[in-house]
Order: sequence, then structure tokens, then C-alpha cells
Amino acid sequence: MDIEQLEIRQHMAQYAPFEYLGDEWLDQVATQVEISYFQAGTDILALDQEINELCYVRSGAVEVSKRSGQLFDRLVEGDIFGYSDIMRNRRVRFPVRAIEDTLIYFVPAELFESLRADNDDFADFVETGGDRLKATVDQQRNDNQMSSTRVRRLIRRKPTMVDIHTPVGEVARRMREDNVTCVLVLSEEQEGINGPRYFTTQEGQVRRLAGLLTDRDCCVRALAENLSGDTPVGEVMSTSLMTAQSDASIYEAMMTMLNHNIQHLPILYRRRPIGVLQLSDVMRYETRSSLYLVSSIFTQSGLAGLVRLSGDLPLAFARLVDEGADAQMIGRTMATICRSFIRKLLELGEAELGPPPVPYCFMVLGSCARDEQTIFADQDHAMILDKSFVPEQHDEYFKSLAGFVSEGLAACSYPLCKGDIMSTNQRWRQPLSVWKGYFRDWIENPDPEALLHSSIFFDLGFVHGELDMLEELQGLVCELAPKNALFLAAMARNALSRTPPLGLFRTFILEKDGQHNDAIDLKRRGTAPLVDLVRVHALACGSGSQNTIDRLKDISETRLLPEGVNDRLRYAFEFISMVRIRHQAVAIESNESPDNRLRPSNVESHERHNLKDAFEVLSHAQKFLKFRYPVPAGSSRGRGR
Amino acid sequence: MRDWPQRLQKHYRRWQWHRRGRLVSEWPAYLADRKDKARDDRLARYFGAGTLDPHTPISEVPLVALDIETTGLDPSRDSIVSIGVQPFTLNRIPVAKSRYWVVSPRRALSSRSVIYHRLTHSDLANAPRFDQVIGEVLEQLAGRLVVVHYTRIEREFLNAASRHYLKEPLLFPLIDTMAIEAYQHRRLSWFQRLIGRRPVSLRLHPSRERYNLPPYQAHHALIDALATAELLQAQIARHYDPDTPVGALWE
Repeated sequence: MDIEQLEIRQHMAQYAPFEYLGDEWLDQVATQVEISYFQAGTDILALDQEINELCYVRSGAVEVSKRSGQLFDRLVEGDIFGYSDIMRNRRVRFPVRAIEDTLIYFVPAELFESLRADNDDFADFVETGGDRLKATVDQQRNDNQMSSTRVRRLIRRKPTMVDIHTPVGEVARRMREDNVTCVLVLSEEQEGINGPRYFTTQEGQVRRLAGLLTDRDCCVRALAENLSGDTPVGEVMSTSLMTAQSDASIYEAMMTMLNHNIQHLPILYRRRPIGVLQLSDVMRYETRSSLYLVSSIFTQSGLAGLVRLSGDLPLAFARLVDEGADAQMIGRTMATICRSFIRKLLELGEAELGPPPVPYCFMVLGSCARDEQTIFADQDHAMILDKSFVPEQHDEYFKSLAGFVSEGLAACSYPLCKGDIMSTNQRWRQPLSVWKGYFRDWIENPDPEALLHSSIFFDLGFVHGELDMLEELQGLVCELAPKNALFLAAMARNALSRTPPLGLFRTFILEKDGQHNDAIDLKRRGTAPLVDLVRVHALACGSGSQNTIDRLKDISETRLLPEGVNDRLRYAFEFISMVRIRHQAVAIESNESPDNRLRPSNVESHERHNLKDAFEVLSHAQKFLKFRYPVPAGSSRGRGR
Repeated sequence: MRDWPQRLQKHYRRWQWHRRGRLVSEWPAYLADRKDKARDDRLARYFGAGTLDPHTPISEVPLVALDIETTGLDPSRDSIVSIGVQPFTLNRIPVAKSRYWVVSPRRALSSRSVIYHRLTHSDLANAPRFDQVIGEVLEQLAGRLVVVHYTRIEREFLNAASRHYLKEPLLFPLIDTMAIEAYQHRRLSWFQRLIGRRPVSLRLHPSRERYNLPPYQAHHALIDALATAELLQAQIARHYDPDTPVGALWE
């Protein structure tokens, strides 16, 4: 394959549906592509013209319209179009026009049909109308299985390759510069391209993969033997070489390494090395270390141990992301870890202060309650006390306990809540009857403060103590909220206060008013409004669930949402959450403090497409919310008091 | 010039064609002469493949992008090390039809150019000589109008190599995407100078950026040939009518 075709192949392999293809088919596509440039404003496909090629946007942007001329879709780098017309009758139904200067790759229809026939994932993608978001989320789920994930996914960098005559000292310096533990050793052509282990480099030269040298080889075969740094690497390298193909599964690659007791496995694309897989890469992919963290929390004997353990939290988080866990799993795991910290702190507190004078229930609120926690979330908690509670006699104890937990959590890098939604605040440390009064009041008199509290306190999670008390509060919400149209209308309006942006481009965020921003807060503009929106529907249908996905399941059993909307919301939520999580994981791995502010230039372009789709889902759902929960006629507010 | 009245723009373009046309109108006569006189049969076949009428609209002309990488910039001392060609038309660039050759140079490589091209001594020592591949290269060029980025390198090096190995000159009309780029930006430069802007880069990859074309790995003959083909499509789409006669574009 020529280098220009490699360039094409590399680009297409990043995007659905081509990313599902094996190496052989990708080669086919890359070698058969034809290219054409379209200036902004020119037609790419005219209505009713014959179409015999699938179109792929290499750069630029295009607009797809309906027959009526109405805008149907906007597509950018990595998107495909024309496939539905190829599958139908090879006439263009949706004309396409370039809105930026655009480079299009054309793939012959015959090849497209072969790909459809051969690859189910590819066929699914084009036959379901290219529902990118769904395809991506499903794909991420599949990725969780080691046996179906291709090994090329774990290859993050090109291999360091050196000539066989290079002095071993220089090789060691190369290893230091490139920060690698293994280099591949190449020798020049002797037997021609058909000899064993020969390949053509990207520059078109013929080379032989002669062996490899690991940092251990440097130590054992060179240093320990008193060899000088001038010794050619060819004299100390290992020559017994196992390799794996880039489309082999991770599982196969791991078995090869274990069976041959090797730590480094060169990965080949055809015959050319594209990277070196390390056993530790595979291990990291597979370890479930967050479970280990939870069990360690309970074996600690004091605060110091907990603080030390919390230092592992960012790594456990990053590892979960690396392992391909979905946002649900990660949110649940992080929430479980947080609750475990609180439970252990309560245990330590009770040991220090003595047993509680009256029964109580310790609960968490917000993301932890919904099992949607990410890393370094603020602490939000409250206490329900038994009806036998007498403030003068008992509150000193609970105040101290709350303080102990709150400070302990802060030491374990869960910052104090800025809004003071913590059990250290006397307002949020009250007997059940007072809590019921709060809840009733918020629902019946939805003023701005009540709405703020509703959106925090109606996500309730149990941590420790008397579960009944918490269930009674939840029951109250389920009973009152659906009946109160004014409350729902107010919650709905409140849920619209934060909106998604209109679009994402390579370097900026396009706002609805045409403004450009350079970064987006994924929580404020994405997950939070989605959570708010789903909470309104969940309250309306009397759902007792706290988790957003569980709430969506409850909602899907009612007729509150039009068909299909529920699934789309689920995909959108999963996707935005995942981008946010990954953004934080990247920050952690590069030793920066994770935040929610995403710059579009840091997002791969296929992810940008999916994000745009997800924001669109959110935007539509917000419009629907507005008219689904109108302010009831005849209400006191409706009369404009 | 974009803001000029339509009519004035047309006049200006015509004048430019006229000015350039006089220079290039000698090509058909020169090519016809070479067809009869070429002694080397590879050159004879190439020149015999038919010459292009300078009045043919650019949209109807079969094109071929050509890029060569060299050991340096001086055709009398440096040599060709690789050649990439990419046949195309204004409508399509079929990548399956591209071709690439590594050529062994007449003289040893300087260390600077080794880094530059990532081709080493032994790659080039084992490669065929220019006269062993020129027949294949000319087959790809025959009947097509050659497009390059910066005429001087391709024209002078091919001519020098041809004179050295085949003992005959090899000259043919070329469309130069760099000249088109220079022409487009020279016209705008009075205003740019007025506002103190520095002249834009005319090199291949910065030029491509102005047309929203994607970045490619630079300094590989085949990729640069593809990049040049895409650039010409973009330049014609932005600046010229598809009916522009090739005689107004070639050099």
C-alpha cells in the first residue's frame, strides 16, 4: 500500500462505520477512494442525479437538505452521506451542498455493498440511518469485552526502531528520550521483500525486523556482562521474536505473551511494526482495582489511613476509564467509594463519641445519591433524626458527629459544599417531621429557593442508620409531586435555565445567539440540564428512582415521552457523561486538576460529532419539556399575582 | 479584487491571460518539433502521445500531479531521489492510479538531505537509476498536462537528468500551483502592504491551509503529488472558470 493511501486509511479508520472494518477491508477502501474538492456553496449531490458512490467528508462541512429545500442535517469531518440513496434506488433524494471548502472521498457503491454484506456492524450503522450516538455507545459497551477488542486499540504510540549497528549506549539514550522500555531492531535488506520478517517502511524502504531490546536486556545482557556502550545492539538483542497482528484480539495477544513468558509483543500491521504491546498495558486494561479500594476503606483503623487511601482515588478513576467502563459503572463505583468513606467515618466517629443517643439516618444528596458521581465531587449530606430527638439534650452529639464526618471527607479530598448543604448546618440536621414539613412546603410553594432545594434534596441516597426514615421522605415526594401541576411547571421552567450550545467546531463552541466560546462546561451545559430534565419527568410519573438512567426506565413505562425520545436521552446522557469523565481522566493522567471545562480542540473529531448530536437531543427535549408542563390555568401565579 | 465590479474583474483576467498567453503560445510548436526530432524512443513515445490545444478548457484536460524529491536545490550538482505521480482531472483524483519511484542519485547524499527525506544511503544505492524508471514515468505523464508546485525544481531537475542519461532535453508545459498562488496573492498585496501585513507563505502546505485542505505529512513525493492535485482543484474552484483555456494557465 502506498503512503498516500495509508494517510487516507488512517483517517477513515477513526470513524464509524469504517472503524468497524478489519485491516483487509480498510485497505480495500483506502486504495479505491477517489478524491474531489468542492468550494463552499457548490453542489456535491444534486436532487435526482444518479449516485454510485458513498461520500465521506475528509475536511470541511456540508449541508443535507430535504426535497423541499428545508435543512435536514449538517455533516463535518468523518461523516458519510449518500448511503441511503445507494441502498434505495441510486437516485439522490437528499441534495448535498458544501458550506465550507470541502474535500470529499468517494467510495464505489460496489465496494460499499460488499462491506455491508461482509460486516454486520458496518451494515447496522448504515441501515439504522447512521445513528452515530447509538452506534458509539453500543460500541463502547462492546469494548468492555477483552475478547472482541482489537489489540490496535491499546497501541498508543509508534514503536522506537533502531538500526542493528547502533551502539547499545545510544539505544539506551533513545529509550530514555522516547520514554520506552523496548525498542525494535531493524536490519537492512538481504533476501528481498519475500524473506521472513521483511517489511516495507512508511518511507518505502525494505527492512527486516531482526530482534528487540528491552530495558531488562540492557541490564542483563550488556551491563551485567561488562560490555561497553559501543557494542552494536545486534549483539545483545533478543532474536526470538513473537509478534501479533493489529487486528488480533487483546485476549489472543495476552495469551501469546503469557504462553511465551514475554513482557513485550511487537504488533504488526501486515508485516510492518506499528507498536509494541506491553503485558502491563493488558493488565491495566483488565484490573478491577476500584473494588480493591472499597474493601481497603473498611479495613482502615483511623483517619490517617483513609486520607492515604483517598490518594489512590484519582488513579482508580483513571483506570476505570481506561478499562472501558461506561459512565453508569463509573458513576456507581465513585458513589460507592464515597459512601464507603462516609460509612467508615461514621463508624470512627461513633467509636470516638460513643453510641448515638437516638436513632438517625445519614443520607447523601445530589450526584452521589444518583450514583452518578465523578472524581472530586463536593460533599452533599444531611441527617434525619428520630422523633424522640430533643435538641437541648441530643444535638451536641449529632453536631460533633456531622463535624467529624465533614472534616474527614474534606481531608479525603471531597471539598466542603459551597452552598452549605451539609449535616453540619443545623437546618439540615432535623427530625423526620421537620423534613416532611420542608418537602411539603417546597412542593406547595415553589419559589426560587424552594426549587433550588427540590433539585438538590429530591435526589436522596441512603448511607447509614435507619433506612425507614429516608424511605418515608421519598414516599412523600412520590405521592405529592405528580399531583401538583404548578410545582411541576415551576420545576420544568427551572430545568430550562441551563441550555446546551448549538454546535461544536474544531476550535470553538457555537452558541445559540451566534456567539463563539472557546470552552464548554460539560456539567453545567450538558449533564446537569439533562439530569434536571429527567427529574421533572420522573417526579411527574411518581418514580422512586434516583439514578437518571433508572428514572428514564420508569418514565418509559408511562406515556410521558414520545416514542424513541427515551432511548435518545439515555444515549445522550451516557455520551456526555463519558466525555466529561474522559476529559477528567486525561487531566489526572497528565497530573492536572480535573475540571468540567472542555476545549473542542482537545476532542477528537468523531467525538465532537457525537457531542453535537447529544446536545441536539437535549435541546429538543428541553423544548418538549416547556410545553409538556404548562403553568396550570387558574393557578395563583397564572393570574399574575 | 474580489470587491471590484464584475465587468472590471473580467477585463483584468482577460488581460492577464493575454499577457501570459504570449509567453506560452510557443509550446505547441516546440512540442511538435520535439516529436519529430527525439532520438530516444521513450522520449519519442512521450512527445508522440499528442499535444494539447492551448484553447482546451481546463475542465476537459487529463492532468497529472508530479512531485520529485531531490538531494538539494542545484540541478547541476544535486539529483532526484524519488518521484511521485498522481493522475487526476478537475473532478476526481483516483488514488489507485498513483505511482512512486525511488531513484538512485548520481552523487552521494549529503547528510542534511538524509534527515530531510528519511531515505538512507543503502535505500538509494539499491534503487534503480533514473534512466531505468524514466520510461515508466513518461508513460504516466503521456497525454496528460503536468501539474507541479514550484515549476523550477521539477522542470530543471527532470531536464538535467534527461540531458545526463538520455543526452536530450526534456521540457514540457506545466501548470504551477505555486505560481497561481503567487499570482492570486500578488494582486491582493497592495492592500496587505497598506495594512502592514507580511506576505503569505506560498509553500505547498501553508497554501493548502488557505483552501481548508487537510494537513498531510510533508516531503514525500507521492503525498506531495496528491496534495498538489487537491490544491489545483481548490484553486480552480475558487479563482477560475472551469472553461479557462489551459494555455492561460500553463507555463
